[in-house]
Amino acid sequence: MMATEKSKDSPDKKDVIIRIRGLVNGFGHKIIHDHLDLDVYRGEVLGVVGGSGSGKSVLLRTIIGLNAPREGTIEVFGKRTGFAEGSRMRKLEMRWGILFQEGALFSSQTIAENIQVPLREYTSMSQELMDEIAAMKIALVGLPPDAGQKYPSELSGGMKKRAGLARALALDPELLFLDEPTSGLDPISADQFDKLIAELQKSLGLTVFMVTHDLDSLSAITDRIAVLVDKKITTGTIDELRKNTTPWIQEYFSGPRGHAALAGSH
Amino acid sequence: MASIENAAEPDAWFKVERGVFTAGGRWTIAQSARLDQQLRGLETGSNEAIAMDASGIERLDSTGAWLLLRTRRALESAGRTVSALKVPERYTSLLENLDRNDPTRHAHPRGPRMSPWRYRLYRIGKATMHAGHQGWGILGYLGRVTVETGEMIASPRKNLRFAAMVNQIEETGISALPIVGLLSFLIGVVIAYQSIEQLRKFNAEFLTIDGLGIITLREMGVLMTSIIVAGRSGSAFTAQIGTMRVNQEIDAMQTMGLNTVDTLVLPRIIGLVISLTVLTLYADVMGLIGGGLMCYFNLGITIPAFLRELQHAVSLNTLMVGLIKAPVFAFVIALVGCYEGFQVERNAASVGQLTTRSVVESVFLVIVLDAAFSIMFSVLGI
Repeated sequence: MMATEKSKDSPDKKDVIIRIRGLVNGFGHKIIHDHLDLDVYRGEVLGVVGGSGSGKSVLLRTIIGLNAPREGTIEVFGKRTGFAEGSRMRKLEMRWGILFQEGALFSSQTIAENIQVPLREYTSMSQELMDEIAAMKIALVGLPPDAGQKYPSELSGGMKKRAGLARALALDPELLFLDEPTSGLDPISADQFDKLIAELQKSLGLTVFMVTHDLDSLSAITDRIAVLVDKKITTGTIDELRKNTTPWIQEYFSGPRGHAALAGSH
Repeated sequence: MASIENAAEPDAWFKVERGVFTAGGRWTIAQSARLDQQLRGLETGSNEAIAMDASGIERLDSTGAWLLLRTRRALESAGRTVSALKVPERYTSLLENLDRNDPTRHAHPRGPRMSPWRYRLYRIGKATMHAGHQGWGILGYLGRVTVETGEMIASPRKNLRFAAMVNQIEETGISALPIVGLLSFLIGVVIAYQSIEQLRKFNAEFLTIDGLGIITLREMGVLMTSIIVAGRSGSAFTAQIGTMRVNQEIDAMQTMGLNTVDTLVLPRIIGLVISLTVLTLYADVMGLIGGGLMCYFNLGITIPAFLRELQHAVSLNTLMVGLIKAPVFAFVIALVGCYEGFQVERNAASVGQLTTRSVVESVFLVIVLDAAFSIMFSVLGI
């Protein structure tokens, strides 16, 4: 713990937060990941892309322990996940926040109550402080103050994602997982959401692992990109990946959509 | 229980000395519950100026930053001028971000709370309005279904979905045979057993058969079957139609010009009317068999003797009084089941809530209608 604190002040020294080695995943006879290796460093925003069915979501679910891998090891904060038993896993869960694709808010609770669920479970805060923290997180993700009293079904898709993000940030995690954060949003909301994530990442010092399809968010906020192609992973910055000769990667970054998104960022 | 607070040593601190508020250590969520309590006890004291120096903080997250900002606000509102709030360089953007978004700055005060009595009154009023709307809604739906049924009778070729109806008869009728049969048989056994015990005191055991026949044919057969079917099929109707609403299948049907009453509701209503009537007859028979077996084992009444006595006790009218209620009950169960299905909103909890409501309402209506039938029959002298 102390070691990781120190290296935060010197960003050039790379500190691995997620370490994946030799990961194999598959369903039945179909292999999805064939001996994947991946490192995610402290303080970076990593975008994960890949075609439909290439196993982006499976990778995310495997890291957070919702899917047991066939082979390989995954370490988060230097501790193995996946097979970690109850209380050790719980300690990891307190240090990360997850934004699911549709927000995954508890539909029987208001937004403020949703944010307070992890606070109630893991801290001994007074109700007063929890109310304040919930209001603070709601403001932090750019929702209007009255959103706290509303139920998820009363919010639009974009607001649900913001509310989901507020809940993911409830315990002030160091690591944030985002599963297609801008899918289903109009371009303007998607843009605002990208900015929000970039801003929060900077001011809260988060490490972000983001699965996405959105080329605009990739170029706007990621430091590095991991491409899932042919059951393997290739990582690099956008510029590095554009020089890559793998056909899928070429097409992805040099196709009409890729061009437009990248042109906008430069 | 796991707690984020076990993870860290209690090393966050603050003190107020000579007009300076100094803070240090790790101001994180793990410390927040303790810091919150201590900060609330902070003396705002005199009204001289105060400086806030948090530059000694090792680690600050958004919860800790919130506590700092809140303290500054509390000091300011107590009338003290607070000069700069100093934090380490790397946390200034966090603090600015939170300060800019301070929810209390544009918070709207909560309305005054209602007194408990008023709140109770409010709840009663709200529930009454809700029940009224509900009744009005079902009545409106009844009207629509009646009109559509009329149209269907006018041109059955075009509007009746025969295959869907047969499918409903199979699901609501044939699949219900085992459970309805078993329960009716057991109820017959219970009625016969209780009657024998009571009538024995008057040496009138043979009257058991009269009681059994009349109770089973007039009331128990149809009532038991209706309640079982309401729980089994009424709930299924709500859940099926409700799930279709959640998936926007109903919207898709409407935009294709398919009439939802024709395609979804009428096959269910007609199917259930047929199934429930036949199931009632079947339940009557099973109930009599159960009672008859009890009479044979307990009283030694042979089957031919049982049948002869039964013939004296009941007439075709007794059977018809029970059977005539079945289609009415079936209609109510199917109508309520379908109506509630269409009320489902697009969220997961809604399907469950409305399914529960559908069963409660249809069982309630069945029993109320049964009582109404009893009164009507006694007035008519049947």
